[in-house]
Amino acid sequence: MKFTADLAIDWMTKANQKIQDNKDYLSSLDQAIGDGDHGINMARGFDAVMNKLGNNDYEQVADVWKESAMTLMSKVGGASGPLFGTALLKMSMAVKGEAEVDDKTFVEALEDALAGIKQRGKAEEGEKTMIDVWAPVVEKMNEAQTVEAGVLRDTAESAMEATKDIVATKGRAAYLKERSKGHLDPGSVSSYYLFAALAETLEGEG
Amino acid sequence: MANVGIVVISHSEKAAEGIKEIVDQAVGKVAVEAAGGLEDGEIGTSLEKIQAAIQHVHNDQGVVMFYDLGSAKMNAEMAIEMLELENVHLAEAPVLEGAYLAAVEASMGKSLKEIVKALEKEF
Ligand SMILES: Nc1ncnc2c1ncn2[C@@H]1O[C@H](COP(=O)(O)OP(=O)(O)O)[C@@H](O)[C@H]1O
Ligand SMILES: [Mg+2]
Repeated sequence: MKFTADLAIDWMTKANQKIQDNKDYLSSLDQAIGDGDHGINMARGFDAVMNKLGNNDYEQVADVWKESAMTLMSKVGGASGPLFGTALLKMSMAVKGEAEVDDKTFVEALEDALAGIKQRGKAEEGEKTMIDVWAPVVEKMNEAQTVEAGVLRDTAESAMEATKDIVATKGRAAYLKERSKGHLDPGSVSSYYLFAALAETLEGEG
Repeated sequence: MANVGIVVISHSEKAAEGIKEIVDQAVGKVAVEAAGGLEDGEIGTSLEKIQAAIQHVHNDQGVVMFYDLGSAKMNAEMAIEMLELENVHLAEAPVLEGAYLAAVEASMGKSLKEIVKALEKEF
């Protein structure tokens, strides 16, 4: 892959589309095990990201991701803001100075993002958070040392579906304990949209 | 010499302002800044608002910060890291009672270290 700033913008644009289209769905998931604002939070955050990206020129992937990260941290409002923000910030640091990001560096960036989310949320895999989507995706990409659209989408999708069976021990859903079981984790669903959008961006390039 | 500054972070603009009001009213000589809600007053926390609040009250003596819910903590930690300021401390204490105690201590000219100790002892 040769991932450029234009592709990075395309990724954010497609992610925004999915989030806006599924805003109510995401909030309804959060209603079941949280405070019901996840769709509103993400839609507000990505709306602001699109505004920012549309009004500036970017030469480097790192700049696109950094700008997106900062915007999400200030506009999302909920836990997902600092978490997705940290993820993109770590990714931007990993690709700093590169006009075209190759597979190897992209995989490293994803690894750093996952480490960043874990550190920020003080959470691990199996606690019914977005980590349960990020971790398997990163693991798969790491094994292959390439970012392949089909694998990316499938891995994210099945990981997202698997969060249904987990009992939450982190985030607001943890207050529900056993009752959090049987519901998808909202942040895992929006993480799936993010990866599905990335898959589309990569396919468009192929 | 200035006193340690205080930042109150809440998901609600009103809650943060309210806590600042209580503390201001009872304790003078201490800079307290509220960072509540989002820019448009909606519920949540904003990195930008928190950073601005820290910078507003920051001085040589340092700043102690209080937060309400888990996601506020994440944004607060983020803000401290990004500003790269020394002597900013995020306290693990009830947001109102903690801010009040810290303000009392700060008004007596206590150092950040002493205030953190007092908070740890009390909560
Ligand atoms: N400590 C944490 N570590 C990792 N992810 C978390 C953590 N807390 C919450 N999340 C993720 O954030 C999502 C909730 O986001 P959102 O509703 O926007 O924030 P809030 O919980 O503050 O209302 C959860 O579904 C979960 O995936
Ligand atoms: Mg929520």
